[in-house]
Amino acid sequence: MEWTAIAMQLFTGLSLGMLYVLLALGLSIIFGLLTVVNFAHGAFYMWGAYAGVTTMAVTGNFWLALLVTPLVMGAYGLVVEKTLIRPLYGRDINYPLLLTFGLQFIMIEIVRILWGTSDHPVSAPETLSMPVEMLGFYFPAYRLFVIAITLVICIVLWVFLERTSLGLIIRAGTRDPLMVRALGIDMNRIWWLVFGIGSALAGIAGILAAPIRSVFPEMGVAMLVESFVVVVVGGMGSLSGAILSGIIMGEAIALTTLFYPQMADIVIFLVMAIVLLIRPSGLFGKAGLLE
Amino acid sequence: MQIQEWLKRFIDVVSRYPLVFTLAVFIVFPFIVPYKALATQIIIWGLFALGFNVCLGYTGMLSFGHAAYFGAGAYMAGIALIRIWDNIWFSLFCAFIIGGFLALLLGYLCIKRRGIYFAMLTLAFAQLIYFVAFQWVDMTGGDNGLRNIPAAPLSFFTLEIDIYTPLRFYFFVLAFVFLSILALNLILQSPFGHVLQAVRENDRRAQSCGYEVSNVRWLAFILSGAISGLAGGLYALYLHFVGIESLYYSTSGQVIMMTLLGGMGSFIGPFIGAGIFLYLEDVLSAVTPNWMIFLGVIFVLCVLFFPSGVWGTIKNLSLRGRTKIRIAGAVTKPPL
Repeated sequence: MEWTAIAMQLFTGLSLGMLYVLLALGLSIIFGLLTVVNFAHGAFYMWGAYAGVTTMAVTGNFWLALLVTPLVMGAYGLVVEKTLIRPLYGRDINYPLLLTFGLQFIMIEIVRILWGTSDHPVSAPETLSMPVEMLGFYFPAYRLFVIAITLVICIVLWVFLERTSLGLIIRAGTRDPLMVRALGIDMNRIWWLVFGIGSALAGIAGILAAPIRSVFPEMGVAMLVESFVVVVVGGMGSLSGAILSGIIMGEAIALTTLFYPQMADIVIFLVMAIVLLIRPSGLFGKAGLLE
Repeated sequence: MQIQEWLKRFIDVVSRYPLVFTLAVFIVFPFIVPYKALATQIIIWGLFALGFNVCLGYTGMLSFGHAAYFGAGAYMAGIALIRIWDNIWFSLFCAFIIGGFLALLLGYLCIKRRGIYFAMLTLAFAQLIYFVAFQWVDMTGGDNGLRNIPAAPLSFFTLEIDIYTPLRFYFFVLAFVFLSILALNLILQSPFGHVLQAVRENDRRAQSCGYEVSNVRWLAFILSGAISGLAGGLYALYLHFVGIESLYYSTSGQVIMMTLLGGMGSFIGPFIGAGIFLYLEDVLSAVTPNWMIFLGVIFVLCVLFFPSGVWGTIKNLSLRGRTKIRIAGAVTKPPL
C-alpha cells in the first residue's frame, strides 16, 4: 500500500477524530461538573447541523452559520438545563439519563416533522472547497480547516479553564462543589453555564460535520454512541483524555476503513473493550469515580 | 376520601392475591383489546420489560443495551428453528440460554461500573452486537432480517397442536409469561431477592453485611438477560421473522420507556407500561407518522412528575401519609 494513501487516510482520520474530540469534550465538561450525562448530546449535534444548514440556506454564508450555530445551541442548552435537568438534581443518578434520552427522541421527531426524513446535502464554502497539495497528495482544504478550528477551540477552552477566574471556579466546582458554595458562589449558575458550553460544542461539531457527513435526522444517534465510547476510553471527566481518545478513535476508524473495511464499524468497540480490560477507568480517568 | 378508600381496598386485595389477580387480568385481556395480535405483542414486550425490570427496578441498574439480549434471543430461536431442529421447546430454550449467556459475557465487563458509566457501556456493547449481526449476513440475513421462520407445531410427545391462530398463540405465550412471573416471584421472594433489593437501596451497606455485591449484580443481570432472550424468542415465533432493529438501541429505548411508564420495581408495572406504549403506538401511528414525539413527551413528563410510573403512582395514591415507593440509589449533585 502506497504511503501517500496511508498518509491521506491518517489526515482523514484526524479530521474525523476532531469531531469526536468536540463531542467528547462537551460530554466530559458537562459530566465532570454536573455528573450528568447528556444522552441528547447526539441530538444537539444534529440540531447544530440543521441550524447551520438553515442559516446557510437563508444567508448563503457558511462563516455566519459557523458563528450563529454555537450561540443558538448554547442558548438552547441553557433553556434545557433550567427547565428539564435542574428539577432532577437530588434524585437518583439515573434520572437525567432517562430524561435526556426521552428528550433526544423528541428532538429527532421535531426535525423529522420540520425538515423531512431525507438527507440535506451541504457543501463546504467556496474558499475551502479546493484541494490543498501537501506531502505529495491532494487533501480537501475543508478537512484541514476542521482540524485547525478544533485545535483553536481546544486552545481557547484550555485558556478559559486554566487562566480565567470563571474557569477556575469551574475546575474547583468539579473537585468540590460544596466548598465552592461555602465560598459564596452560586453553583447553579455555573452548572447552567457549563451545560450551555457543552451544548455549544456539540453544535459546532454538528455544523463542522455537515459538509463532510450527511445531514439527516438520525445523524446524531451513531455519533452519540461513538462519543460515549470515546469518553469512556479517555476516562470519564477527563478533558485531555477526551482529546487523546477522540484522535485515537478517529485514526482507528480511518485506518480500519483502509485496511479491513468490514471491521470499521466495530473497531471502536474493540478498542474500548481492550482499554477497559487493561485500564478500567480509561486512559486518563480517575479511579473510583463511578464504582 | 372515598376514592382513596376504594383504591386502598383494591390495592389490598390485589396485594394479597397478586398472582391470581394477574392471571385473571391476562386471561380476560385478549377480549378487551381491539385485536388479539396486539394483546400478544403486549405480553411479549411485557415479558421483555419484566426481564429488564429485574435489572432496573429490583437491582437498580439502568441498562441501555437490553436489545442485545432480546434480539439475540429472537435470532437464536429463529436460527434454531431453521437450521437445527424445528421444535418450539428447543428454540425457546436456546433463546433463553443465549440471553443469559450473552448477559454473562457482557455483564462481566459492565457490572463493576455504576450508574452512568454502566449505562454507557451497556449501550456501546449492544451496538457492537448490532453491528456484528448486521455484517453476519449468512446467519442473520443482515439488513433484510431473518425470514421464513417455520411455524413449527407445538408437540407434546405425540400430540401436535397448531398454535398459530391469534387466540391460541396468545395463550401459548401467556403460559410462558405466567411461568416466568411465577419463577421470578419465587426468586425475588427468596433470600437472594432480598439481597438484590438491599444492593439497590444501599450497596455499601450490603457489602459490609458480607454480600459480594458485584456477584449479586452479575447474577441479576444474567437472569434479566435470560428472560429478555426468552421474550425475544417468543417474538420471533410470533412474527416468523426477526428484523435487525430488534438489536438496535431503539428497542432498548422502547423497553426502558415501557418500564418507566408502567412502574419500575413491580411485576404488573412492566406489563402496564407495555400495554400503554403499544396501544398508544397503535392508535397514534394511524393518525400521524410522527407518533414518537407524543411518546417522547409523555416519557419526559413521566420522568419529571411521575417517576414511579402508572402502577407506582396508583400505589402511592393509596398510601398517602405512609411510606411511598421511592426509587433509591446514588444521587446527582443536589442544588446548593
